[in-house]
Formats: sequence, C-alpha cells, structure tokens
Amino acid sequence: MSDATASAPTASLSVSKPKRRFPIKGSVIVMTLYLVFLLLPIYWLLNMSLKTNTEILSEFTLFPNNLTFANYITILTDPTWYTGYINSMIYVVLNTTISLTVALPAAYAFSRYRFMGDNQLFFWLLTNRMAPPAVFALPFFQLYSSVGLFDTHIAVALAHCLFNVPLAVWILEGFMRGVPKEIDETAYIDGYSFGRFFVKIFMPLISSGIGVAAFFCFMFSWVELLLSRTLTSVDAKPIAAIMTRTQGAAGVDWGVLAAAGILTVLPGALVIYFVRNYIAKGFALGRV
Amino acid sequence: MNKTVNQKAWFLILPVLVLVAFSAVIPIMTVVNYSVQDTFGNNQFFWAGLEWFETMLHSERMWDALGRQLMFSAIILLIQVPLGVFVALNMPKSGFWSSFCLVMMSLPLLIPWNVVGTIWQIFGRVDIGLLGYTLDAMGIEYNYTQSPLAAWITIIVMDVWHWTSLVALLAFAGLKSIPDAYYQAAKIDQASRWAIFRYIELPKMMGVLMIAILLRFMDSFMIYTEPFVVTGGGPGNSTTLLSIDLVKMALGQFDLGPAAAFSLMYYLVILLISWVFYTVMTNMDKKEGK
Repeated sequence: MSDATASAPTASLSVSKPKRRFPIKGSVIVMTLYLVFLLLPIYWLLNMSLKTNTEILSEFTLFPNNLTFANYITILTDPTWYTGYINSMIYVVLNTTISLTVALPAAYAFSRYRFMGDNQLFFWLLTNRMAPPAVFALPFFQLYSSVGLFDTHIAVALAHCLFNVPLAVWILEGFMRGVPKEIDETAYIDGYSFGRFFVKIFMPLISSGIGVAAFFCFMFSWVELLLSRTLTSVDAKPIAAIMTRTQGAAGVDWGVLAAAGILTVLPGALVIYFVRNYIAKGFALGRV
Repeated sequence: MNKTVNQKAWFLILPVLVLVAFSAVIPIMTVVNYSVQDTFGNNQFFWAGLEWFETMLHSERMWDALGRQLMFSAIILLIQVPLGVFVALNMPKSGFWSSFCLVMMSLPLLIPWNVVGTIWQIFGRVDIGLLGYTLDAMGIEYNYTQSPLAAWITIIVMDVWHWTSLVALLAFAGLKSIPDAYYQAAKIDQASRWAIFRYIELPKMMGVLMIAILLRFMDSFMIYTEPFVVTGGGPGNSTTLLSIDLVKMALGQFDLGPAAAFSLMYYLVILLISWVFYTVMTNMDKKEGK
C-alpha cells in the first residue's frame, strides 16, 4: 500500500482542476485492472453457460463458437431445476417480510427511547448477526424437525431471521436516527396516534432505509447455503443446494451448472443499481 | 440525539425478542445441553460434565483447524485491507464512472456463496477454466485438487475477489465524507500525496476502516460455503477451516458432544469480537454526536 501511494507522482497536486487530486491515467489503469479481475471469472461462467458440453470439454475457446441457449432452456423447463428458484424466492421473500415487520418498531424504539437493558439488547442482536451458521446448523435441524417444520419454506425463513432481523434492526436504526425527533413530537401534538404517525409520516421519511434493509435481508437470505441446505430435503430445496448436488454426480453437466449460476446472480444484478449509494452503509449495518 | 426514558418501548422490541429468542436462544441452549452430556445412541444421554471441553481443548484436530483458520483470516486481512484502500483511493469521485465502478464492484458481493465457489472451481480447472488453463499453458504446475499450496492460493484469491470490494466501498464512503477544504489546505501547504494520505485521508477513514476490518475478520472467521464447494476441505485436511470441520463433526459424524463443545468455544470467540465491534461502533457514534 505504502509503496503504491508513495510512488504516485506528487506533481498531480499542481494540476489546474482543483478536484482532480490523482493523475487520471494511473487511477484509470488501477480501476480497469481491478474491474477486469472482478469480471473475468463472471465472464467465464457466462461464456460456459452459452456453450454445449462437448464444446466446453473438447476445445478451449474464449467465446462460445456455437452459441446455444440450451442450458438455460434446460433449467427453465426442468422442474427439478426451476422449482429450486421458486423455493428460494419463497423463503427469501417470506424472510424479508418477517424481518422488516418485526424490525421496524424495534429499530424505532432503539433510535428514540432509552429503556432498561437497551444497550445490552442492541449488542445481543449484533452477536446474532455475527454468529457462525455452522454452530446453528445442527440445533436448527433438530428444533425444526421436532416442531414438524422440517423441509418447509417457513423453517428456512425463520432460520435466516437469526442474522437478518438483527441486520434489519441495525440498518433501520442507523437511518432512523437521522430523522429529527421534532417530527415525532409535532405529529403527536397534531393528534396522530402512534400507529398512524408511524405508517403515514415516519415510514415515508425513511423509505430509502426500508429499501436498503429489504435489499440486504433479501441478499443475505439469497446467498446463504448452509442453513437452507440443512433444513430442507425435497419440497423446499433451494437452488443453491440443487447446484451442489449436481456437482456430486459423476458426470458434471458444466453448461447447465454455469447457466444455473448465472441465473442466481441475476436478481442481485438487477436491483444493485438502485441501492448503489447505500451498499457501504448497508454492509456497515447503517453505521457509515 | 438525546433519547427520552420510556420503559414502554419494550413492547416495540417484543416481536424481535420473541423471534430471535426462538431462532437463537433455543438452539444455543440445545448446544449447551449436548456439550455436557454423552450418549450411547438410542437417545439415552448421561451427564458428562466438562469432559468434552477438555477433550476438545486437547484435540489436535481442533487446534489444527483453528491454526488454519487464523492463518486464513490473517492473510485475507493483510491482502484485502491495503488493496481495498488502494482501490478506493483510485475510484472516480463522482459522475457516471463512479456509479459504474460502484455497481461493477458490488457484483461479486451479491453472488450466492456456493456460486462463488462454483465460479472459482470452474475458473481454476486446468481443463476448462481460464485461470487453470492459462497457468498450465505457461508451464506453471497448478492443481488445486492435489496440491495444498494451490488449494490455498485458490481459496485466498477467491476470497480476495469476493470481498475486497466491500473494504473498498467502505473506505470510499469514508473518503467521500472528507470536506474539500481539507484538500485545499493541504494544497496550500504543498503537502505530498503521501502526507495527504497519512494525515488527512487515513485518520478520517479510520472509523469506517475499523468496521471493514472487523466485518472481514468475522466473516472470514466463519467462512464455510466457498472453500467447501471449491476444495471440500482438501486435499487431505489442508483447507479444512473451523466451520468446515465443525459441520463435518456435527452433521457428518454426528459427534454431538465434541461438536457442541467446539461450537460453544467458537461462539465465545465470536462474542468477544462482536464486543470489540460494538465498542468501536458506539465510540464512533459518540464522536459524531459531538
């Protein structure tokens, strides 16, 4: 690090435009290299998903020679594949809804009031966000089996609440503390009940925060594999688990596997543009 | 913001409390329960006291896994933090290209973890992967399923690929919050680029960077899916990190007692780090409040 910055020519300070503090060329090269490093593996997956298996295994090509969408068609028509996506979607949406519903009032309480054990409680929530899923895999399996929820979408949704509820509370609290308290007080003086004030006035004010929290709940539930795989067998099996099972089989269908991978990247890629300015804030639990 | 004391706020917290208690406290109590009991199967348990903890503390297997885990986390931090800061310093500050970089850099963060594993599993293969093929063509021996060194390099490069953007995005958020006046003052003082970094950017970034370091440490410390997909913990045990070992023990061999004791010790470490994290966070909030 030190070498890299030190070697950047200091002459850049005298460039006439005051805001440009770095030599343009250097930073463009760095960013280009970094983005290529990031995108190359994704490109390779995309490339493979558009090839036939014979082409993947027989020759090494940087572009698909015989462009084919057969792999995607396989996934979108074969129930063992596409139900995986449906299952994942169901529990992810369930989880996001549950997380936000319970987190909103709690975050409001943390951001506005002081009460017995508030700091301890806030800390305890954080520890659950940090808890390793590996520790919880076995007890979750037994807990949900014993209450008859094993292999249901709601089981996975509830299990993911372990880290998503704390995450949502922390993110929402970060946004809520930015809203001046005077607004609450004025509303109460105007005769709003708490419920009406919260839904009609307060929630629109932190709508971006709710969006960011929803995005992160969605994402962390979507990318998680260990718990969702442990808690499902057939009916609620997520796409991620279906993918790992395919890898265990003797002859791996690389093309289909690549296509399945690309399709799991899509949901995130589609919405990322809208939350681009909040990514850091979301990952830092609302604290940036 | 000065908060008012209101004990009724507990009612607003209640749903969260019930839900998280169900999904965190009950399982943890199950783990505690197992950690102090032994079984001969048939669901017959008897009291074992702290035996399992002693076994685990003397278990070479756990210490080895912990050693590998600490080495992994250390290497990850040593690469990702400087690289992330360096990338953040080079990011365009505003306009189209800034958004473009933000979106592109976020892409790896949004990919399901097992797909990250799959991507690198394919990418590194000598027969069909770009990386493996290129290295092979250059005459470098590289086979992550057989050589422990190659396996390690693969999972480290994979993690760098996956998470460096997070450090960069956080550092970038820190950089953006520095007022222009600071840079103008530095320019008047004829400060060098290094001095600007050392005395303006780094101190101003420190808070966010602490968060980034802690997040990266936590997440790399409990990493499971990605290395599991790529190497499955092998070759041999060379990439069996803590979580992989734990899952093997608990769900693979069903060694409930040792696995539970292992889990609890693992959890305690996480608690400790969470506490550091919390302290850093609240200190930052206090500073901002001034």
